[in-house]
Amino acid sequence: MSQLAVTVIGPDRPGIIADVTEALAQVGVNLEDSTMTLLRGHFAMMIVCTGPFGPVKEALEPLRGELVITVREMGPETAHAPLGAPYILSVHGADRPGIVSAVTRMIATAGGTVTDLTTRLSGELYVMTAEVELPPSAELPMLMRALEITAEELGVGVSLRPTESDDL
Amino acid sequence: MTDIGHLNQALAAWSPAQLGLAGDVLEVVRAPHPVLATEGATVDPLDPVMLALAADLVATMRVSPGCVGLAAPQVGVAAQMFALDVTGHPKTRTCHGVFVLCNAVVVESSRQEKSREGCMSVPDLTGDVKRPTRLSVTGVLPGTTDEITLSTDAFEARAVQHEIDHCNGLLFLDRVAGAHAVYPRKVYL
Repeated sequence: MSQLAVTVIGPDRPGIIADVTEALAQVGVNLEDSTMTLLRGHFAMMIVCTGPFGPVKEALEPLRGELVITVREMGPETAHAPLGAPYILSVHGADRPGIVSAVTRMIATAGGTVTDLTTRLSGELYVMTAEVELPPSAELPMLMRALEITAEELGVGVSLRPTESDDL
Repeated sequence: MTDIGHLNQALAAWSPAQLGLAGDVLEVVRAPHPVLATEGATVDPLDPVMLALAADLVATMRVSPGCVGLAAPQVGVAAQMFALDVTGHPKTRTCHGVFVLCNAVVVESSRQEKSREGCMSVPDLTGDVKRPTRLSVTGVLPGTTDEITLSTDAFEARAVQHEIDHCNGLLFLDRVAGAHAVYPRKVYL
């Protein structure tokens, strides 16, 4: 038994998740974290699970074809220790190449890391939403100013705000 | 919606001292404990067992850092009772201080807003939940028999609804705003 990363990509149709997870269940796989979405009509899923590598590859073989399926063994599970306070980074504006790279470079330069990211293109409108963690050493006003300058050059709007969660 | 921002005086004046009991600190149960998915029974607010539970809820809430509310199912009792105190929270507007409410029911609500919630019974996850920010709730204070109406807003309204959900066997996970609205908790101290 090892921890496996299974990716499934392909044209969407009803039943992909049921087919994939049924095949995994039949060889005793336990699903852990997973995420799935449709990206412009393409089915895209990644599953981290525990199971036997060989039998898992074999069990998924009949589903290959239209679906591109990969199975990889992962190293031991590593807990992600937050490197700093969480923020939500939103960018939106007219679509053009280079928005994500420019903005995420700013975050990386400040020592921050992206923990979740979604982008959507809707007509001419490009929308990016990311969850980021910034280390205590990051100088927020400077980062914000750098983001604003970059956003201005790209012709998009940017906001960076603390992720608030209330304990109830 | 009536009387928003107008305190219910009986509720605001209520104090745990009226229970006449110190209360024990109980263990807070965590999901997937079945009691958290069980609809709580209606309680008799005069029952000495329930008065003791009220004192225990306040005592347990008090010793839990950052805890603004605690419902009976969170200490393993499937009952319609919760303790609340949002005093001093930056998002609080209307504030009734510390109180315990039995058999609470939402009678009116409006103005939904989405916010990220965490819960002592689901310690490693948070989730985006849309809830009304204006709220009227009926219920009974422990040790009394008269039904009172609590009208509140902002953070107290959110906290009350979170606790009433617990009393009905619901977690914030039952109300998250979408498939990508559950997050690993980010604790950075």
